Amino acid sequence: MRALQQRPMRLRAQLAALWRAVRALAGDDAYERYCAHHAAHHAGEPRLSRRAFCAERTQRKWSGVSRCC
Amino acid sequence: MKKLSGVLLALVAAFALGGIAVHRHEPINALWIVTAAVCIYLLGYRFYAAWIATRVLRVDPTRATPAERLNNGRDFVPTHRAIVFGHHFAAIAGPGPLVGPTLAAQFGYLPGTLWILVGAVLGGCVQDMTILLLSTRRDGRSLGQMARDELGPLGGFAALIGTLLILIVLCAVLALVVVNAMKHSPWATSTVAATVPVAILVGLYLRLWRPGRVLEGSVIGIVLVLLGVLAGGWLDQQPLLRSWFDYAALPLAAIVAVYVWVAAILPVWLLLAPRDYLSTFLKLGIVALLAIAIVVTHPTLKMPAVTQFIDGSGPLFGGKLFPFVFITIACGAISGFHALVSSGTTPKLICNEADVRLVGYGSMALESFVAIMAIIAATLLDPGVYFAINSGAGVVGSTPDLAVRTISSWGFPVTVQQMHELAHAMGEQTLFARTGGAPSLAVGMASIFGSSFGRGLLALWYHFAIMFEVVFILTTLDAGTRVGRFILQDLLGHAWAPLGRTSWYPSVLFASTLLVGAWGYFLYVGVIDPNGGVNILWPLFGIANQMLAAIALSVATGIIFKSGRARYALVTLLPLAWLAIVTSTAAWQKIVSPDPHIGFLAAAADLAAKLAAGTLSPERAAVAPQLIFNQRLDTALTILFTAILWLVIIDTLRVCARRLRGLPLRSSSEAPYRASRLEGAALAGH
Repeated sequence: MRALQQRPMRLRAQLAALWRAVRALAGDDAYERYCAHHAAHHAGEPRLSRRAFCAERTQRKWSGVSRCC
Repeated sequence: MKKLSGVLLALVAAFALGGIAVHRHEPINALWIVTAAVCIYLLGYRFYAAWIATRVLRVDPTRATPAERLNNGRDFVPTHRAIVFGHHFAAIAGPGPLVGPTLAAQFGYLPGTLWILVGAVLGGCVQDMTILLLSTRRDGRSLGQMARDELGPLGGFAALIGTLLILIVLCAVLALVVVNAMKHSPWATSTVAATVPVAILVGLYLRLWRPGRVLEGSVIGIVLVLLGVLAGGWLDQQPLLRSWFDYAALPLAAIVAVYVWVAAILPVWLLLAPRDYLSTFLKLGIVALLAIAIVVTHPTLKMPAVTQFIDGSGPLFGGKLFPFVFITIACGAISGFHALVSSGTTPKLICNEADVRLVGYGSMALESFVAIMAIIAATLLDPGVYFAINSGAGVVGSTPDLAVRTISSWGFPVTVQQMHELAHAMGEQTLFARTGGAPSLAVGMASIFGSSFGRGLLALWYHFAIMFEVVFILTTLDAGTRVGRFILQDLLGHAWAPLGRTSWYPSVLFASTLLVGAWGYFLYVGVIDPNGGVNILWPLFGIANQMLAAIALSVATGIIFKSGRARYALVTLLPLAWLAIVTSTAAWQKIVSPDPHIGFLAAAADLAAKLAAGTLSPERAAVAPQLIFNQRLDTALTILFTAILWLVIIDTLRVCARRLRGLPLRSSSEAPYRASRLEGAALAGH
């Protein structure tokens, strides 16, 4: 009985982990990461907006070698 | 347990390889190759990579990586290894491992397959992992910087010039592949054209409306480009509309060059970045789909294990099995370019040194597996069909009748009727002389997908595959032109400082024009060359790429040697020695071979003699002077590549010799040890 109750939870947790991995792979969570880092280490300093952060991130990515032959 | 599974893996690998050996003279099933490949990668990963990581590189899981020490929430971010693996694989995966193996299939399926496996496990994967760790230990410094810091200014300069030259040749040959895939194909051209506004739409979406929501933007984009493939099929039936997208090779080449020039000077967020998202998702999807489809359909390879063309008389490109199979496979086994990605973006994400085995070695093993799938897709075609698609008109004859007669006389029967029906099934006018590898790969992929996911959709699968390849290549062209522009600006900055400012628009325009002009020239000559152009440009690219790999391996060898473990430097020294032999032999033959089929100078002399004797047709005589000049230019370029290669090798040997004699050396640029305090939960992707 307990096993049956646990199963949907476990499945949901697995799906959530998968979704987090997909978002991380695509880079969708980059801004959240930045905000968390900012809150932990630079609280009180001005923080980039989502738009400014994403613009800077794209620019940085394409300022170096990020694609191969 | 580890030993037991290792023994099992080795047994399965041996069984599969034995199967391939036993069936050498009869058609073989692709599953034998897939099984052998997977087992060999796993064996290499479990034993060789683990040994290198602990004994040679002395990977230290307790040491803090730059991602932890310099964490800024932006480019230095400690990230879970599975996510870094995904990012790194997406970055190194390019069109090279699709094109190279397709061309190398002219030697039969066996030589290419063997080198893809051996070269990756002992060379390419080792290079990627080693450079990744060395860069991680040096705060993510680039290959050029490491060469300068550890070897000296000469090594750094050679790495810079080498990269610039390889970019020019790479862009030229890839653009040529694109042109040959789209010429006189309104379906392909219109589908590819449609991806431009789609990418711009996705760019605007990610910039203005939903910043940073890459998944949403990509899903919208993918749906739209797939609709574009369908729309292209409809457009192909409309007489007026199709005439708007029906171009010969030369105007297409001009369009591609102008397009890339525009893309290179536009802001990256508008076109380059969003199209890269689309091509990355397409690539990951296609790789997975292809792997599943090969296992489901387990096709039989119709190409012989080894063809007569190992004697150097191949129609796709001239030259004997040694050294040209190694030069042609290039990126599928060892790619110097990967060293540029392994030193740069990826090291700034690595959260634990131990992850370099999965990220560096593992990504390259997967990339090499993509090359294996490409060679399967090329060799499952009827050999006659494969040669009819991939041979230039100058080699087999300019009419279908002449072409099938020549190819059939080689022992690979093919008929005009068969080629006509195939072209019709793929929704094309003709498939003759579509050199460059992309169309034959698309035919191979379409037949795999067609037989596992619906036969009636062959034309759709074909154009889907072409669209994927072209979009993928265009991203590489844009990115390559951009990186080349940065290097060029860096160099020009020494002549006049303002030209070195990467954001000064006149300098951007000037450097981009120079760079597109440089590769555009080689593209132009490739297009007017009746032998297809790829036969010249791909070996040149292969030599350049392997030269860059040799530079990377030199840097690695020098650093390992300096650390006092000369014995272990063999791990990078042996692949380096092999690459030096292969690249130098190929360069030597391309320069001095008296066979006009192989040697640049011999070809120039041969053409000049024919021109003087008046035996060329008027069309050929018109382009002959340009071809002759180009062959001589290619000779100079090859000499330059070889000179750079040997300069770096001699510089490395000098450093090694000083170490052995106990003379003073440049001090190691490795960042000092600091203990890691990272917990698993602090990682991105957790």
